Amino acid sequence: MSILTFIIVSVIKIVLVIFVLLTAVAYTVWLERKVVGRMQNRWGPTRVGPFGLLQPAADGVKFLFKEDLTPPHVYKPLYIAAPMLAVIFAITSIAVIPFGNWVTVGNISTPLQITDVNIGLLIVLGITSLGVYGVALSGWSSNSKYSLLGGLRASAQMVSYEIALGLSLVGVLILAGTFSLRGIVDAQAGHFWGFIPNWFIFRGGQIVAFFIYLTAAYAETNRIPFDLPEAETELVAGYHTEYSAMKFAMFFMAEYSNMITVACIASLLFLGGWRGPVFGPFWLQEILPLFWFMLRVFVFLFIYIWVRGTLPRFRYDQLMAFGWKFLLPVSIANLVITALVVALK
Amino acid sequence: MIPLSYYLVLSGILFACGVMGFLIKRNIITIFMSIELMLNGVNLSFVAFAAKWGQLSGQVFVFFVMVVAAAEAAVGLAIIIAVFRTRETLNIDRVNLLKL
Amino acid sequence: MLHLVLFSVFGAICVAGAVNLLVQRHPINSALSLVVVMASLAAEYLLLGAEFVAAVQVIVYAGAIMVLFVFVIMLLNAGEEERTTGSHVAWLLGIPGMLTGGIIICWALLRHANAGEASIGALPGHPNDIAQLLFHEFLLPFEVTSILVLIAIMGAVVLAAGPDSESKRRVE
Repeated sequence: MSILTFIIVSVIKIVLVIFVLLTAVAYTVWLERKVVGRMQNRWGPTRVGPFGLLQPAADGVKFLFKEDLTPPHVYKPLYIAAPMLAVIFAITSIAVIPFGNWVTVGNISTPLQITDVNIGLLIVLGITSLGVYGVALSGWSSNSKYSLLGGLRASAQMVSYEIALGLSLVGVLILAGTFSLRGIVDAQAGHFWGFIPNWFIFRGGQIVAFFIYLTAAYAETNRIPFDLPEAETELVAGYHTEYSAMKFAMFFMAEYSNMITVACIASLLFLGGWRGPVFGPFWLQEILPLFWFMLRVFVFLFIYIWVRGTLPRFRYDQLMAFGWKFLLPVSIANLVITALVVALK
Repeated sequence: MIPLSYYLVLSGILFACGVMGFLIKRNIITIFMSIELMLNGVNLSFVAFAAKWGQLSGQVFVFFVMVVAAAEAAVGLAIIIAVFRTRETLNIDRVNLLKL
Repeated sequence: MLHLVLFSVFGAICVAGAVNLLVQRHPINSALSLVVVMASLAAEYLLLGAEFVAAVQVIVYAGAIMVLFVFVIMLLNAGEEERTTGSHVAWLLGIPGMLTGGIIICWALLRHANAGEASIGALPGHPNDIAQLLFHEFLLPFEVTSILVLIAIMGAVVLAAGPDSESKRRVE
C-alpha cells in the first residue's frame, strides 16, 4: 500500500471513528436517562422524537445556545483549557482500540483500528493517568471552595484507583504475552471443553481481575458508587460547579467517552473482543465481528447504568480505604497467583 | 539519520535550564520542579547512549532514575508541606533562620 | 530528513517548555510547562526506539509525579513569587553563568564528540527484552528500589501527617 493510500484510508478511519464515538456518547446519555428512569418507575425522555430518541440532539442545541458565562474570579487560561484537556484525553484513547478483524475492500486491506501499536495497553493507561489533569485543573482554576474540594477529592480518587486498575490488567498481560490490544484478542482464540470460548475470564481464570477492573473503572470515571466528587447533594456539583453551557457539555462528553473506552478495554481483555459466530455471505462476515464487539460494549454500558440506578454512593474515607486497603491487595494477590500458575505450567 | 550529539545537546540544554531554575527561583516547589527537569535531561542522555552502544541497560537505568525521582518527589513534597505548616511561607529567602 | 524534522519539532517544544518553567511566576504554570516537557521527551524517546520507556515516562512521570506536584500547589494555595534581594543577586549571577556554561557544553558536544549517528528507532526497547534485563541482571537494584519506595512512602506519610494528628487521636 502506498503512502498516499495509507494516509487516505487512515483519515477515513479517523473521521468515521470520531463520528461514531461522538454519536455513541450522545446516545449513551439517552440510554442512561431511559434506563435509570425505568428503574425509578418513570418514563425518561419521551417527548422529543419517538422514545425520546432525538433528546440528545435537543440537548446539543441547548448547550450550544446557552449563555457561556465566565465568572470574574476564575483563573482564565486554565479555566478555559481544563475542559478541553479532559475531552482531548478522553477521545484520544480510542485510537488504539481495535474493533474487528482486517477488512478487505477492493485490493486495500486494513485493520479495523486506527493504529496498532505494540504497546497499545500502556498507551491507554497513560492517557487515563493524564486524564486526572482535566479534573484537577478545573477544580483549582474555578477559585471556589466547592470546586477546589471536588477537584482535590476527584484527583486523589482517580490516582488511587489507577493502581488497582493497572495491576488487575497485568494478569491478562501475563497470559497473553503482549501489550498490543490486537495481540491480546488473538490470544483468546478457540474453545476449550468443546463449547466454552477461550476468553480470559473463563480459561485464564481472570474473573477476580475482571471484577477488580470493573470496580476500579467505576472509580476512575467518577461514576456511582464512587461519584462523591461530583455529587449534587454533597458538593453542589464538585469540580464543574462554575462551568456552564459548552464547557460543561465537554466535561459530560469526557466522562461518557471514558466510560465507553473502559467498556471497550474490558471487552477486549476479558471477553474476547470481537470473537463470535461468523456466518453468511462475504459482506456479512466482515460486519459480524464488529457487531459482536458492539454487543459486548453495550452490555458493559448497561451494567454501568444499572449500577448507577441501584447503589448509594461511598463516603470519601470509605472510598479511599476501599481502594487502598482492599482492591490493591486483592489485585496484587491475583497477579501473584496468575504468575505462579503460568510459571508452573 | 542525525548525529547523536544533537540528542546530547538537547539533554545539556534541559540540564542547564534545570540548574538555572534551581539558582534563580525563590519558590520551593519551583526549585523542586527544576530538579525534576535536570533528572529528565539526564534520562535523555541515558537513552541516547543506549542507542549508540546498542545495549538496553541504558533504558533499564532510566527506570531506576524514574523510581528514585518518584521517591524523592514524594518525600520532598512532604517536607515542603511540613515546612509550610510551621513557617507559613513558600519563599526560601524567608526560611533562613533556624528559629521560627 | 523526517528524523531531523521530528527531532527538531519535539526538541523545540522541550526547550520552550523548559524556558517557560523559568520565566513563569506562578508555580502552576511552571508545573504545566514541565508536563509539556515530559510529554515531548516521551516523543523523543520514541524516536530513539525506546517505546516502553516512553510509555512509562508518560504514565509515571507526567501522570503521577506531576499530578502530585499539581496537588501540592493546589493544596498549599501557592501564589505568585515575590522578588527579594536574594533573587536579584541570583538573577544577575546565575543567568550569565549558566548561559556561558550551556554554550560551552553545546559547542564541545557538537564539535568534538564523535558520537556517531542515530536512526529512527535506533534501539527498539521491547517490553520483553527490558523485562529480561530487569529481572535477571538488574534484579538486585530492582528489589532495592522497591524497598526504597516503601521507605519513601512511610516517610512521606509520617512527615505530611503532622504532629498534631497523633495527639488528637489519643485524646479521642
